[in-house]
Amino acid sequence: MTEAGKKGVTYWGMVWRQLKQNRLAMIGLFITVLLLLVAIFAPLLSNNRPLVLYYKNHLYFPALFDYSELHNVDFKELKEELKPGDFILFPPVPYSATEYDLTATLEGPSKKHWLGTDDRGRDVLARMIYGARISLSVGFVAVSIAAIIGVFLGSVAGYFGGIVDHIINRLIEIILTIPTFFLIIAIIAFLPPSIYNIMAVIGLTGWTGIARLVRAEILKLKKMEFVLAARALGASHARIIGRHLLPNAMAPVLVSVVFGIAGAILTESSLSFLGFGVPPPTPSWGDILSQSRDYIEFAWWLTTFPGLAIFISITAYNLVGEGLRDAMDPKLFR
Amino acid sequence: MVGSGSAPEVQMRAYIIKRLIQIIPTLLGITLITFVIIQLAPGNPAVFKVKMATQGQVASDAVSKQIIEQTKKLYGLDKPLPVQYLLWLKRVVTFDFGNSYKDHRPVMDKILERLPITIQLNVISIFLVYLISIPCGIYSATHEGSLLDKILTLFFFILYSMPNFWVAVVLIMLFGGGDFWDIFPVYGISSIGAHSLPFIPWLLDRLWHLVLPVICLTYGGLAYLSRLTRAEMLEVIREDYIRTARAKGLSEKVVIYKHAFRNSVLPIITLLAFLLPGMFGGSVIIESIFSIPGMGQLGFEAVLARDYPVIMAITTISALLTLIGLLISDILYAVLDPRIKLE
Repeated sequence: MTEAGKKGVTYWGMVWRQLKQNRLAMIGLFITVLLLLVAIFAPLLSNNRPLVLYYKNHLYFPALFDYSELHNVDFKELKEELKPGDFILFPPVPYSATEYDLTATLEGPSKKHWLGTDDRGRDVLARMIYGARISLSVGFVAVSIAAIIGVFLGSVAGYFGGIVDHIINRLIEIILTIPTFFLIIAIIAFLPPSIYNIMAVIGLTGWTGIARLVRAEILKLKKMEFVLAARALGASHARIIGRHLLPNAMAPVLVSVVFGIAGAILTESSLSFLGFGVPPPTPSWGDILSQSRDYIEFAWWLTTFPGLAIFISITAYNLVGEGLRDAMDPKLFR
Repeated sequence: MVGSGSAPEVQMRAYIIKRLIQIIPTLLGITLITFVIIQLAPGNPAVFKVKMATQGQVASDAVSKQIIEQTKKLYGLDKPLPVQYLLWLKRVVTFDFGNSYKDHRPVMDKILERLPITIQLNVISIFLVYLISIPCGIYSATHEGSLLDKILTLFFFILYSMPNFWVAVVLIMLFGGGDFWDIFPVYGISSIGAHSLPFIPWLLDRLWHLVLPVICLTYGGLAYLSRLTRAEMLEVIREDYIRTARAKGLSEKVVIYKHAFRNSVLPIITLLAFLLPGMFGGSVIIESIFSIPGMGQLGFEAVLARDYPVIMAITTISALLTLIGLLISDILYAVLDPRIKLE
């Protein structure tokens, strides 16, 4: 029994202990969590409806709930009409992602619009906050699809071998040789514009790496005695794969999933940049960047901030991925 | 190993033949996928062609029916699917991809005219990638933990995570003559009238135009390969045979370049095959940003115009090229690394 085993520390406990010592990975983890929170709580961070409103002796939370008596109310005008005793609190960014103001187009960063406005007078920061939702949801869903396909095909190929393995290997080779990004834009162009199509296409073309990893792990594991033991006890193939092999092959998959999220975020923003992304007016980081090309001579804020957002989120996931990979290196467990 | 002295050669030949045979199902799969893409498209090419022929005006039913029938015959769309696939396969084998919907020119002509520019860009960029990244990677590995190693590692890590379309837009913003500097051209691959220049000025003009796009195509691969070289070298340096070489009293130079580098160079060279498809993907974005008339831009325009024959041809040809690259790298690996088991 290993020393770690004696102390009752699990494998993932050891990985976490290693990861905690990696400062860069922890910074990456912090940023990914922060981004996730921004995406989840976007309506509370950026909204043209106030968080709290005390008006005519009623307490409202317009950012969270819909009130029939507050329909068609412009809260910014309301703010000017409030009587003493009334109370209004706007989110830190008092704009929604699609709210436009044609009197304030292409303004640089200011106190009013922290990161400036675009060509329709929409607040760039508001659009970026909601854009995080698109990027992250595409990242998570696309990678989940890729992981499910990859784990399934990889484990089947590795476990059964023979003709099944041959067929799956050829399939992997086919997907590997086709220029993926071009294939994605070609398929997206034929499909009706929708975020679900983007998720599906990125997922369906992105599973080969995970499949290869899982296949290699299963090939290694299936020769071990515990598999023989399970088989001797009469366990079915599905049970051997699902209960005995896969849990032991999950570590490299996790690393690959984390890197995959970074890749999917990049692909989604490239698609939006080229005009194949989520249909307007849904905000996305790549879409703001593609807009910036028309005003590139002067509107530096349109170029800089959404690009930074893409860059920082990709970097954060890559840092976590690398940290995990290092932390899982058995040479480091002592 | 059992057998006569020529056994490895026989094994090698058998391995190469096996790999060549394996190519066939992969090729079939590639053609099948490109075939499925057309079938996926809402409204088949014939319907689309009617829209093109009538320039968006509503044609009378009789006329549009006639055009649809004609087009269907032309592309064999009136036959059952398996027959259509076989016809498509027959054309792929003879590199006959039909005519572009857009300008009715043969697709192969269009591709052959664009290919040299993309190859030019990618050859320059791959050359730069290898030229810069290998020395950087070796330096970092041999000076692990030094200040310069830390700076290089951080620098390449940052480069690695930067989306190339963003880098392109930022470079254009900074150097393309806006509010900042006006140093490099951001449109096309030569100035107007450059073809009448003598060779040297023409070359300089071309290089001047290529600076920004080549930077965009290079930095990603550069970052990746430097990191890979460093990691490979670090692994090799820790091997016992390196300690032995040092213990023998060999000079550090010989240890690093003759023993360590030679053993870590293999994955670096074979990576070339994998760089190619990635570069084509990068070309789509970079070529359309900088208006470079290469394969990438052709592909992008074809997608915008739903020009199926061009899309299918580009997908098939680049897949084919990548497949050949993969094959060469596998065989190189087997030839160069005696540890690889040829089953």
